[in-house]
Order: sequence, then structure tokens, then C-alpha cells
Amino acid sequence: MDMLVFAGASVAKIAVVMVTVLITVAILTLAERKVLSWMQDRMGPMEVGPYGILQPIADGIKLFFKEDIIPAGANWVLFSLAPIISLIPAFIGFAVVPYGPNIEYELYGVTIKPFIISDINIGILYVLAFASIGAYGVILGGWASNNKYSLLGGLRAAAQVISYELNVGLAIIGVLILAGSLSLVTIAEKQAGGFWHWNLIGGLQIIGFVVYVISSVAETNRLPFDLPEADSELVAGWMTEYSGMRFAFFFMAEYANMILVSCIASVLFLGGYHAPYPGTLLPGILGYFEGVAWFTVKVYFFLFLFFWIRATLPRLRYDQLMRFGWKVMLPLALANIVITAIVVYVLR
Amino acid sequence: MVPIFFAYFALVSIVAGLLTVSLRNPVHCGIALLALLGHVAGLFVLLHAEFVAVVQIIIYAGAILILYLFVLMLLNLKTEERYFHRRHAWYITGVGALTVELLMVLLASRFSGAKGPATVAAVEEIGNSTAIGILMFSDYLLPFEIVGVFLLGAIVGAIVLAKTPSPADLSGDER
Repeated sequence: MDMLVFAGASVAKIAVVMVTVLITVAILTLAERKVLSWMQDRMGPMEVGPYGILQPIADGIKLFFKEDIIPAGANWVLFSLAPIISLIPAFIGFAVVPYGPNIEYELYGVTIKPFIISDINIGILYVLAFASIGAYGVILGGWASNNKYSLLGGLRAAAQVISYELNVGLAIIGVLILAGSLSLVTIAEKQAGGFWHWNLIGGLQIIGFVVYVISSVAETNRLPFDLPEADSELVAGWMTEYSGMRFAFFFMAEYANMILVSCIASVLFLGGYHAPYPGTLLPGILGYFEGVAWFTVKVYFFLFLFFWIRATLPRLRYDQLMRFGWKVMLPLALANIVITAIVVYVLR
Repeated sequence: MVPIFFAYFALVSIVAGLLTVSLRNPVHCGIALLALLGHVAGLFVLLHAEFVAVVQIIIYAGAILILYLFVLMLLNLKTEERYFHRRHAWYITGVGALTVELLMVLLASRFSGAKGPATVAAVEEIGNSTAIGILMFSDYLLPFEIVGVFLLGAIVGAIVLAKTPSPADLSGDER
């Protein structure tokens, strides 16, 4: 019975998070076009619904009914498998993110944490592990298409993901030293009590933050680091041969990854669900939802940053990308670790 | 619950391992190796070694295997394919003999090796990444440092090997 209650509660939490993520993906597809349009003095989608707000539904229906083409000479098994390998790791990472305060409720004698699906002691490493698995979707999709542009896109993705994954891993070590834990829940809890306790400001993790944000833009293959799909050079890179729902899977995986890295960034550097002021303004249960609201605001700030960067910066050349990753980001991240370690050792 | 998961992870590991060496397409072999690494990580989780499990995924699946695939995709393997798997019968006989031998050794030992201090209870008490960290920087500090020096040597070696001689050096050799 206890097991059943626990499983039921977990499934309910997972369902809520998954639906929220999918809705956010739909919102983002429209938001990206709208934000880019406004930044370029255009109006963006205006035809479907008032101010074009029903555009994601129209896009979804279109993709669902599109012809599903598998090119002759493509590797059928891997061609079908690649979008799934891309999508699943993008969603799995959400299991360890704390969406709200770490509170406990008794439900039929079982302790349930309503805002946390799972608090594992290696949370952040778990996210990094599945992020690296997600790269297989891109690489295999590029190879299985039997198309030179796809293959080049896949190979670029392989090199880029390995280079920038390293920087993501090193950039967060400063935060891990400060928190003394790999659990995202503990890291978020340690930043309670106002914005001057956040790792970005109180922990002075400015270098780590900048390296993390830049590297995660590169890891999600977004402009200005979208070399794997570089429209002007490689048609659409590894997605060239994909159509219909398979294409939609890759598309959803990209946006889900954006949401995930935004969640991780706000937990690691901006205090997660903590408000910029100590405690909460609203009393009781409403206070918990105030935390969730702050978390949402921070995540959307990062998502807006993704669009902003896309509208502002031109695409890097491939050798610039590699040189930037290995010769600028990596030394900065290493320096951040050394400095943080020394400061923490001296102050304690 | 645990025996069911163990059976699943162990069986899939074995099947994936066999596929890794027996599939014809090298990229498919890579995918089988990915499945193998994932399921061995599952076995680590069952042993309460989550840190090792995740590090295995990050390093082997996330970095090393991607580089393997990188190389395999660039090879034109249509010509090489036919040279593989000529002597299946011999391999199977050899592997079968080894398996029987291993099974005999395992059964004779009654699965009862000496148990170290890192029992489940001991690890659960301080958390497994903390346990690994403390051990690595106290009892096993010297091996850890030695491995570090080895890796540094490997990095220097890789740079030396990968560095193409500059035109000035080449002309100097010719003279």
C-alpha cells in the first residue's frame, strides 16, 4: 500500500512536470519567433489566432500529418532510433530538478515531497550524464541519413559536444565546492536568504556562471554555436533528411534541453526557487508557490537570454568555435576552480 | 525487486557485449557497446555505487565512445567488412570453453569472497561520493597522484604525436 501511494504520487509529479515541459516547448517555439521578430522590427506570426498565439498548435498539426520520409540508402534502424535517443535524455534530466521548497507531506502514512520528483545524491552528475547521452541522437542521426551534409553535421556535433561538455562540467565545480554536495536540492537549499546568498553574487561564481551559460548555449547547439545544423553551409546539418514527427522529436529535444540547462543554471547560480529577498512574502502554502513562481521567472530569464543571443551574435567559424572552447573557456573554468578552492580554504 | 533488476542488467549486459563483438556494422557495434556501458552502470547503481555509475556514463559513454563513433563514421568500411567474422566456429568454441571454465571457478568458490570495509551500511552512512572522495585523498593519495602524472604524460604524448611538423622543420630535415 505504501509502495502504491509513493508510486502514484511520483507518477503524478512526473506527469505534471512532463506536461509543463511540453507546454513550455510549445510556448517557446512561438516565443522565439515573436522575440526575434520584435528584435528585428517585424511582427512575427500573426495569422493563426489573435496575435498568432495558436501558431504552435498549427505547427504541431502540420508536423503530425507530414509525410514521413526515410531516404533510400539510409540505415533504417538508426535513422528511426536517433530522434528517440535525442528526446528521452532531454526529458529524463528534469527528474532531479527542485521546482520548489524541500517540504514534506504525510499522505496515507507515506512521506511525499510535492516539489521534488527525486533527490539523488549525485543529481548534477546525473544531469550531465544524460546530456552526454543526448548527443548520440545527433551523431547517429547524421550518420544514418546517408547524406554528406548530415554526416558533417553529426561529426561537428560530436566534436562540439565533447569540447563544451568538459567546460560545463568544470564551470560548475566552483558551485559544488561552495555547496559541498552534488545534490541539486542541497545546492538550492544552501542559497536561502536573499540574493546576496546566491552562488552568483554571494559565492562570486561570476566566471563559472559566464562559462556555464556560454558552454550550455554551445551544448544545446543554439546560435551562435549551431555549427551542426549551420543552415548556410550544411542545408540543415544532421536534420537535413528528417521530416514529420521525427523532425519534431529533434526539435522538441532541442527546446527541452534549453529548458533543462536553464533550470540547472537557475538552481546552481541564481538560488533556484529562492526569492531575491529573505523568506517569502505570502504565508503558508502560498509561500511555496511563490518559490515556484520565482523559479519560473529565472528559467524564463535564461530562455529569453537564448533568444537574445541568437538575435545578436553571428555564427562562429568552426575553428573559432574549437579555439574558443579549448583556449578561452577551459583555462577560465580551471582558474575559477583554483581560485574558489583557495578562497574557500582560507575563509573556513 | 533487486534480483529482478540484477537479472535484467546482467542479461542485457551479456547480450550487448556479445553483439558488440559479433555485429557486422561497426557503428551498430558502437551502439551495442553504449547499451553495455549503460547496463553495467545499472549494476553499479544496484551496488549503491551511484557515483561510479554516473562517471562511467559521462566518461565512457559521453566522451570515449563518441570519439570511437567519430572515427568509425569517417572510415569507409564497405571494403573491410568482409574480412571480419570468418572463423565464427573457432571463436564460439573458445568463448564457450572460457565460459565453462569461469562457471566452474565461480561455482567452486560458492560466491563467498572476502568482504571489504565498504559495506552498503558503511557507504550509506556518509554518502558514496563523500566516501570515495575521502578515501581517494587519504589512503589512496599516492596512486591517485601517480595516475595523474600518467595522464599528464599521455596528454603530452598525444600533443607531440598530433603536432604536424611545421614547414620550417621539414625544409631543415631535407638539407
